[in-house]
Amino acid sequence: MRQIIKLQDVWKTYKMGNIEVNALQGLELDVKEGEFLAIMGPSGSGKSTAVNMIGCLDVPTKGKITLEQHDISKLSESELAQIRGRKIGFIFQQFNLIPTLTALENVMLPMIFQGVDEEKRKERAAMLLGLVELGDRTNHKPTELSGGQQQRVAIARALANNPDVIIADEPTGNLDSKTGAIVLDFLQKLHKKERKTIVMVTHDASLVKVAERVEFLKDGKIVKSLRR
Amino acid sequence: MLRDYFRFALGTLSHRKLRSWLTMIGIFIGIAAVVALISLGKGFEQAINREFEKIGTDKLIILPKTGVGAPGTNAVAELTEDDLDIVKRVSGIENTAGFVFANSKVEFDDNIGFFFIIGLPEGDERDLVAELQSLNIREGRNLRDNDRFSALLGSGVVDKELLGKNINVRDKIKINSHEFTIVGILEKTGDPGWDGSISIPEETLREVFNEPDKLDEIIAKVANVENINIIADKIKSDLRRSRDVKKDEEDFDVQTPEQLLGSFGDIIGIVQSVLIGIAAISLLVGGIGIANTMYTAVVERTKEIGIMKSIGAQNKDILLIFVIESGLLGALGGLIGIALGFGLSFAVEAVAKNVLGTNLIGAYFSYSLFFGALMFSFLLGAVFGVMPAKQAASLQPVDALRGK
Repeated sequence: MRQIIKLQDVWKTYKMGNIEVNALQGLELDVKEGEFLAIMGPSGSGKSTAVNMIGCLDVPTKGKITLEQHDISKLSESELAQIRGRKIGFIFQQFNLIPTLTALENVMLPMIFQGVDEEKRKERAAMLLGLVELGDRTNHKPTELSGGQQQRVAIARALANNPDVIIADEPTGNLDSKTGAIVLDFLQKLHKKERKTIVMVTHDASLVKVAERVEFLKDGKIVKSLRR
Repeated sequence: MLRDYFRFALGTLSHRKLRSWLTMIGIFIGIAAVVALISLGKGFEQAINREFEKIGTDKLIILPKTGVGAPGTNAVAELTEDDLDIVKRVSGIENTAGFVFANSKVEFDDNIGFFFIIGLPEGDERDLVAELQSLNIREGRNLRDNDRFSALLGSGVVDKELLGKNINVRDKIKINSHEFTIVGILEKTGDPGWDGSISIPEETLREVFNEPDKLDEIIAKVANVENINIIADKIKSDLRRSRDVKKDEEDFDVQTPEQLLGSFGDIIGIVQSVLIGIAAISLLVGGIGIANTMYTAVVERTKEIGIMKSIGAQNKDILLIFVIESGLLGALGGLIGIALGFGLSFAVEAVAKNVLGTNLIGAYFSYSLFFGALMFSFLLGAVFGVMPAKQAASLQPVDALRGK
């Protein structure tokens, strides 16, 4: 399988007052095309920092991150933004929809930043909302939707520019187990039917059963790998 | 893409209605002031030009200078018939007219009022005056050369019932205790001085008011407009010699149309620049209000900015979104300001016409002023939004997502 993302000896150091905290300490990680990877670990283990690196939201203090032959530490902020927009789709724990926009407009937003014209945008956004079974909720604002529905809008938004990688940071963390299961089901479908690469971060052991590979993170390092 | 950002900004502004309104109030007062000033200033300029077109550019006005003379003597220089003769003899002068004015008690039935009385000269001179002031007869007839105790009423005297309701042609009035017959009523000229006055033959005025020689104003029409400045200088030097005054110490003034226009222009310019200065301060304050609102918006929407960055917005996209939003704040405030400004100037025009009876103060409307002001207010908003927008654009995606 082709390698999409490779992290080599990645360090991330935060300064908290006078104390330096190493969130990542020489993290080594590969993400291969088409796989469903779960990153597990207790809180404070560096999961979120790791996933931010994979998603090009953050750059390492030390080390190398390669995304399809690009060394992301050498890219400018706007080049990173373009990569995020085209190649990566994010799903957050808190859904992170824009409250002033409707579901349809939220799904259209990533396409606006990529300069997709309006007709195509609308068509694709409507199609994606249909895919997550929200075809009848297109003109609702996020506040008019339930948590599970909001997270499905977020999934549709993550798919807007047909990215290579979907990054899901605790996607069910704010949902009850039933709606969480539905969301997880959609992620699995994306992986199986659309052959999307999925990187999911969680601390919930019950979720990792859907993943093909699980990496356990502790103190900013991989401590255990599990392949199914 | 720009269209989407405009739509996006409008959505955000309507989401924060109260704050948007308050911010817009800051800007619309300034814009309203500027629009009203320009509209009225332009209107005034046009009215002045209209007046001068009416008078024509071929006329010189000679006036006594007031307040000239040694301190304490309180002497006021006067023009006389001799001066008129001298002006008449200057080569290049086609025609002249002299006026004499008086203020007097006027009685009609039981009504008593104080009026400005104008002595109208005879013959060609009267025609020149009529041409200058666009005097037309509304009712009755004009004064004739052999008239003695005849009077013409200004339109305002009748229309504003300054001497009661029933006054009409052929009625008798008393001016300075002498009985006059009203022979005619003038059409409205738009000049409150004329519209509110009563005109009688010059000779009669001299007799009744015991003013054998005085002239208050001389008007001279030149044969060739191109020579008007040379002729004005010639009149000046001839009058200096006959009145025995030195250059630059003249006790009279020869005004060319250019000078008159110029001095009006200067006054308008000074008034406008002072008021526009005040308006500019108000716009500055309004702009700072916009900047303040936008800084608050950046802080409030830090997370939103983070979300947009995480789904592919570049710094320039965020910058544009915020600059457009603050530009729209300016433009919407401007739109209200423009409406208010034009409303104000048309109200001033109505007051000037109906209360003051002058045509000189009028509003001026043009699409270029409208769109210019709209564009200006958008730019003003955008400029004051640049700093907050830069701050928004420079946020790190991870920090912004965490709401920091």
